Amino acid sequence: MGESIVITSGKGGVGKTTTSANLATALALTGKKVCVIDTDIGLRNLDVLMGLENRIIYDIIDVLEERCQVKQALIRDKRCKELYLLPAAQTKDKSALRPEHIRDLTTDLKETFDYVVIDCPAGIELGFQYAVAGADQAIVVTTPENTAIRDADRVIGLLEKENIGSPKLVINRYRKHMTKDGSMMDIDEIVSVLSIDLLGIVPDDEQVIRAGNLGEPIVFESRNLCGKAYRNIAKRIQGEMVPLLALDKEIKTITKVKRWFGFS
Amino acid sequence: MLKAGVTIKGTKEGLLFFLDDTRPFDEVMVELSDKLTNQSHAHMWDGPLMNVIIKLGKRRITAVEENEIRTIFTSHENLVIHAFESEDMPYLLELTPSLQVRSGTVRSGQVLTHQGDLLFMGDINPGGAIHSTGSIYVMGALRGLAHAGSNGDVSSIIAASLLRPTQLRIADTISRPPDQWNDKDIGMRFAFLEKKQIMVERMSYLSRIRPEKDWKENGHLHR
Repeated sequence: MGESIVITSGKGGVGKTTTSANLATALALTGKKVCVIDTDIGLRNLDVLMGLENRIIYDIIDVLEERCQVKQALIRDKRCKELYLLPAAQTKDKSALRPEHIRDLTTDLKETFDYVVIDCPAGIELGFQYAVAGADQAIVVTTPENTAIRDADRVIGLLEKENIGSPKLVINRYRKHMTKDGSMMDIDEIVSVLSIDLLGIVPDDEQVIRAGNLGEPIVFESRNLCGKAYRNIAKRIQGEMVPLLALDKEIKTITKVKRWFGFS
Repeated sequence: MLKAGVTIKGTKEGLLFFLDDTRPFDEVMVELSDKLTNQSHAHMWDGPLMNVIIKLGKRRITAVEENEIRTIFTSHENLVIHAFESEDMPYLLELTPSLQVRSGTVRSGQVLTHQGDLLFMGDINPGGAIHSTGSIYVMGALRGLAHAGSNGDVSSIIAASLLRPTQLRIADTISRPPDQWNDKDIGMRFAFLEKKQIMVERMSYLSRIRPEKDWKENGHLHR
């Protein structure tokens, strides 16, 4: 039996989809069987980031409304043999959808896959509830901005009400020079406000955008720091202890303080 | 013979139930329920709609005890409890809630509502709110909204290990902190109401504005 992990944030544009694509790929690169589900119905992006857009035949709504088998809708990744994508629908109506349907679907997928990564839409409306319904664990993505942190806090509050293990935090687009001159919140401050376990920090890098446009997640770049950050997060999810990347001297101090909990 | 625990008198306004205030409440309840439901008397109560006034004498009752009496009377629909009366004072005993402890994190969008004084062990994040009819003491960071004395108690205070609220309210007064906090100004602070204005001071100042709470070494409260 595998594990399902929802990637959520509340605020849009903080890098949920990028994180989902990279984390799923990183997990697959460690030899696990991974399925990544895009639940952002009507605004699907995950397939574009992974460069699989032109291979979509069926989507998640087709599966849930039983127009096709799950197997038929799953798209195998170009590079990783054990990575599959279940794309979102772009035009179909989602009003008939119920959270239980998604829960049943992920339960099915967990039989075959070690990890089911669920990419959540922005906001805390229906789409969020669908995405969360099928999850065992949650990862909250935020950037070091006040607005993103506020929304992350709200989402953590909502997640605590669900039957989900304590959410873990990923801080995305971290810029050390802006923290240094005090114009951005530093890591310690964010972690203390949100008071959940930190799973990883991903530095801000233009390379991520370039890779996304090419449809090739940044984790494949073995030299890139962001790629490394995602690979480390994947290791931590599997319970391995990996120290935080030395993006900055200040971060080193919190590696000592912070305990690492992997997922179970 | 022992004086009856429940005496009933018929008057123009309705039936008066005198509950003996010298006997334990439980005993009186047993007798009352016996009088109303005992087979041989039960039919006696059936009839037209009747006002009932419960005379408690010098006794005062809690909301729970009031409910108990009301439940006993539900066996006769025509008997309608019109009033409870204690001699010279309000019949209902309001339990004065003492300090209660809660812990956790109040996150954005969450609201913690409380009756009485509250000791909160944890943080209140921006966008989160805490409302209490009494004072609020936070062992943690107060970054959200805190409303003390929400029923109008102007003597309530808000204290926090780290007082960085988005807004403070005491009774009906609302205040917004300065846009820029003085970063040197860290440590425990408390907010209180003075001349319709919310003021913030360090903890040691509390005994000056609330001398009745001041601690004295001989163990007596300062009067």
